[in-house]
Amino acid sequence: MSEEFQNHDPNSGHTETEQHIVGPATYGIIFAALLVGTALTIGASYLEMGAWNPVVAILIACIKATLVVLFFMHIKYSSKLMKLTVGAGLFTFLILVGMSLSDYISRAWGQW
Amino acid sequence: MDSHAVATTADAHGHEHDHPAYLRHHFVSYEQQTETASFGMWLFLLTEIMFFGGLFTAYLIYRNWYYPAFVAGSHQLSITLGSFNTLLLITSSFTMAMGVWSAETKRHKGLVWSLIATLILGIGFLGIKTVEYKEKWEKHHIPGDTFSVQSFVNPSSDAEAKAAGDKPMGLDMARKTEVYFSLYFAMTGMHALHMIIGIALLCGMLFKAVRGGYMDGNIAFVENFGLYWHFVDIVWIFLFPLLYLISRHQ
Repeated sequence: MSEEFQNHDPNSGHTETEQHIVGPATYGIIFAALLVGTALTIGASYLEMGAWNPVVAILIACIKATLVVLFFMHIKYSSKLMKLTVGAGLFTFLILVGMSLSDYISRAWGQW
Repeated sequence: MDSHAVATTADAHGHEHDHPAYLRHHFVSYEQQTETASFGMWLFLLTEIMFFGGLFTAYLIYRNWYYPAFVAGSHQLSITLGSFNTLLLITSSFTMAMGVWSAETKRHKGLVWSLIATLILGIGFLGIKTVEYKEKWEKHHIPGDTFSVQSFVNPSSDAEAKAAGDKPMGLDMARKTEVYFSLYFAMTGMHALHMIIGIALLCGMLFKAVRGGYMDGNIAFVENFGLYWHFVDIVWIFLFPLLYLISRHQ
């Protein structure tokens, strides 16, 4: 019966799920980067950039969120399955928001 | 022998027990069990992203429709308090990440102190949010029967509106500031509710950690709570610029 359970060996074909422990050094660097990002976004809000103010603010927020997802939430060190799941979720999110907004943008096209 | 055959032929105790009690029999390894739990947590968080995404979309659409009202509304928020809260939340994400690392490396003291720090920072965030809500209450900026457009039709009577240099607004547009505050309370309120749930879970985790819990390698709860806490941080990373910052100039 024992040969039936040889797959119980954690190393047989499951290398992707091996735990990768992210250490304090990495967390510290990401924490510092998030603080810099926060300072930048506050600073940018005091600059007059017209229509670019929200664009810059959202861009910085996206960079900060990506750092949190990749390092604090360990996605950089996760399996392809996890990466694909998060990517697919983000893609669906952008489809939903993008299509909703495109409807509002295009309905009164040319009338503004 | 493929893994499917193993799954169907392995009866409950058909092998030697060389694994810890918390490893369920239907998983090949603890790594697989952990990844399955994290996978489920991520699916939940993705539904949460869709939920907050709806609020963000509503905010963007209404901001375009009632732009002057949204600009004047956001001038009522304190960038100082908002920035300080951002600092608290990002720091709490860092301390939570350190908590997960402490659990992974079986550091009892590290885990307990990380959880305490995360808890204090989380409560601090809600405390400042309360101060902000109280100010809105006193100025009748809470949507509903008592909502007042005073600050927007007569900006010189309002310290914040005056400081931002707001121009007097017609009554029609001034009334739309109520839409801004509705979305402000819906978004920050849902975020605060997630914080309150997180703080309750943190208390339970701390209770167990103080008694030596999570030191046997069974740390899925700590890891998945970490994911939840970081997600709440990400929501605030977007809320802060959208509500507080992007209308500073107009």
